[in-house]
Amino acid sequence: MANLPFIAAIDAGIHQEMQRDSNVLYFGQNLGTTENHEFLKRYGSDRVRVTPISETAEIGIAVGAAMAGLRPVVELYMAEFMLVAMDQVVNEAAKFRYMSGGQVQVPLVLKAGFGFTAGWAGQHTGSLTALFMGWPGLKVVVPSTAADAKGLMAAAIRDDNPVVFLHHYLLTLEHGDLPDGDHVVPLGKAEVRRAGKDVTIIATGWMVGRALAAANTLAGAGIDVEVIDPRTVAPLDLETILRSVDKTRRVVLVDQAPRHASVSAIIAGDIVEHRFSSLKAPIIQVTAHDTTVPYSEPLEAFVIPDEARICAAVKKVVK
Amino acid sequence: MSVQSPNAERQIWIFTQMLRIREFETRVKRTFTDHPGVIRGHTHLADGAEASIVGSLASFRAGDAALATYRCHGYPLVLGSDPNAMMAEIYGRADGLCKGLGGSMHLTDVKRGFLGTSGIVGAGIPHAAGAAWAAQIRKKGEVVLSFFGDGASKQGAFHETLNIASLWKLPLVFVMENNGYNVVTTTAQEDANAAAGHPLSIKAAAYEMPGVTVDGGDPLAVGKVVGEAIERARSGGGPTLVESKVYRLSAHGNIIAPPGVPLHYPEHEAIAVFGKREEYEAALRGDPVPRFRGVLVQNGTLTSAQADELAKQVAAEMEAAVRFALQSPFPKSESALDYNFA
Repeated sequence: MANLPFIAAIDAGIHQEMQRDSNVLYFGQNLGTTENHEFLKRYGSDRVRVTPISETAEIGIAVGAAMAGLRPVVELYMAEFMLVAMDQVVNEAAKFRYMSGGQVQVPLVLKAGFGFTAGWAGQHTGSLTALFMGWPGLKVVVPSTAADAKGLMAAAIRDDNPVVFLHHYLLTLEHGDLPDGDHVVPLGKAEVRRAGKDVTIIATGWMVGRALAAANTLAGAGIDVEVIDPRTVAPLDLETILRSVDKTRRVVLVDQAPRHASVSAIIAGDIVEHRFSSLKAPIIQVTAHDTTVPYSEPLEAFVIPDEARICAAVKKVVK
Repeated sequence: MSVQSPNAERQIWIFTQMLRIREFETRVKRTFTDHPGVIRGHTHLADGAEASIVGSLASFRAGDAALATYRCHGYPLVLGSDPNAMMAEIYGRADGLCKGLGGSMHLTDVKRGFLGTSGIVGAGIPHAAGAAWAAQIRKKGEVVLSFFGDGASKQGAFHETLNIASLWKLPLVFVMENNGYNVVTTTAQEDANAAAGHPLSIKAAAYEMPGVTVDGGDPLAVGKVVGEAIERARSGGGPTLVESKVYRLSAHGNIIAPPGVPLHYPEHEAIAVFGKREEYEAALRGDPVPRFRGVLVQNGTLTSAQADELAKQVAAEMEAAVRFALQSPFPKSESALDYNFA
């Protein structure tokens, strides 16, 4: 069993798939610019290429290559850079299979980091997950552990649909154990990160760690928290979420995005629709405050959900 | 590099395909009055661009691919798609090429190499580059044709893609059909090159590739220019930008009207917006279909009677497509949920 940082685990997932399938491409900006680049060295310049700063063309080329039978992985670095090319993501990649009546498929992976709340100020810190969720034809992956980063990347590459792979930048150097050999984590399966009977917390990405920290603190106060990590928000494993809600009948959702741009708002709606009468307390969403992420450290810390806010929300729903 | 001029038989094939596009588009247009309500949404016709389309596709081989825009009825007809299925798609029927899920703006026929059509101006250009990358990797000498209009050359997607295609020497031919109008904006009003009196093919110079402007009303001229660009792309020489000057003989699209108001085709913008009836009438006098017929009859490739007979056969073919599409059932409601995910 290898112990790798999150970012190396993602690379391991891409390597695993590039080795087993010569149709997998990997390209993007500032990638493979010298002969020593690991991917370029192993797979050659047919399959690994550097691009100019041209997100629309990068993603559009991936769409065309995918329609022509290849499996491109586009390195986009930051989720915000996809905003430059949203038409290609949600209006081209996601729709071509449908509009052609199933004649083409568009298997591609858009790899992008998000949520870099470490002083990157207003335009490189967004939690944009909800922006990609809900487009029929598009899958959205948000790993929170190194093992999942590898396994979900592998599954994303094998999937015959376009997949947005969002890795949280503050997890980049978090280490984790990876199973030996071929590792694939199926899309659409949530993981119970901590079993508990009193309250269900649902969180993704970096917020999973904060939710687990809050759960440990709350255990000291005699509150037994279950933490669910959906891992992919499209498809969303509502079954696992509702099973947990059936047990705890109390729900707190934690999301790094502002309230109305959050995944939590969508999941909360689903829970209410299916389990309203069994809830013992109103659902609480702990989200970022509704503001652009500020640069200054104490301001940034104030805006993002922290352990104290999560604990307060849990105490409120168990009261 | 030189492309052999097409022999008599091939020239008759070119003329026949031009007639088929014209007849198909005429039938689509007539549907708005003959069968009101049968076509929904927005429909864009290729009448006037027949010579450019057929000339461009004259060197197309099995394994090549073409991608186009929402003005997409002409290409698949030439590539061998079934006009019955095409018309049924435009009518939203179960037997449609895309099962009624795409409609007029999104005709796709992968088996014929017609890989996809985007309704967003310029968005399909990088798709063509992606398909060309796949062809480059396969190393079978396959090429990709990317069709778009003059308006698309003002989109970032155009510039980004030409730059990468040239850098990577992709086997790709960019065919810009310049019809002089972006809806109701003239090219000179929106293009710095046009405003300075330059052809739009000058844009190729910025991306280190050949740029050629050709009379899009002459299928043999287009066939030669695009054919040479295809040969260059096949042999690893990289992409070419071809500006094919055409005149769209219908308005940009049909009137978009709220429910209850009948959809129809208005007059061309030259008349309806700019009051330039003479410009439009001059374009009609230069209509590429009768023009090429005149060439073939004059040089003895076809007799007038043979040309009339061809037109009759094509009219019957497209009339049958209309009948087929009208009789095709609507898709089952639940099929609206199919094909989102593989």
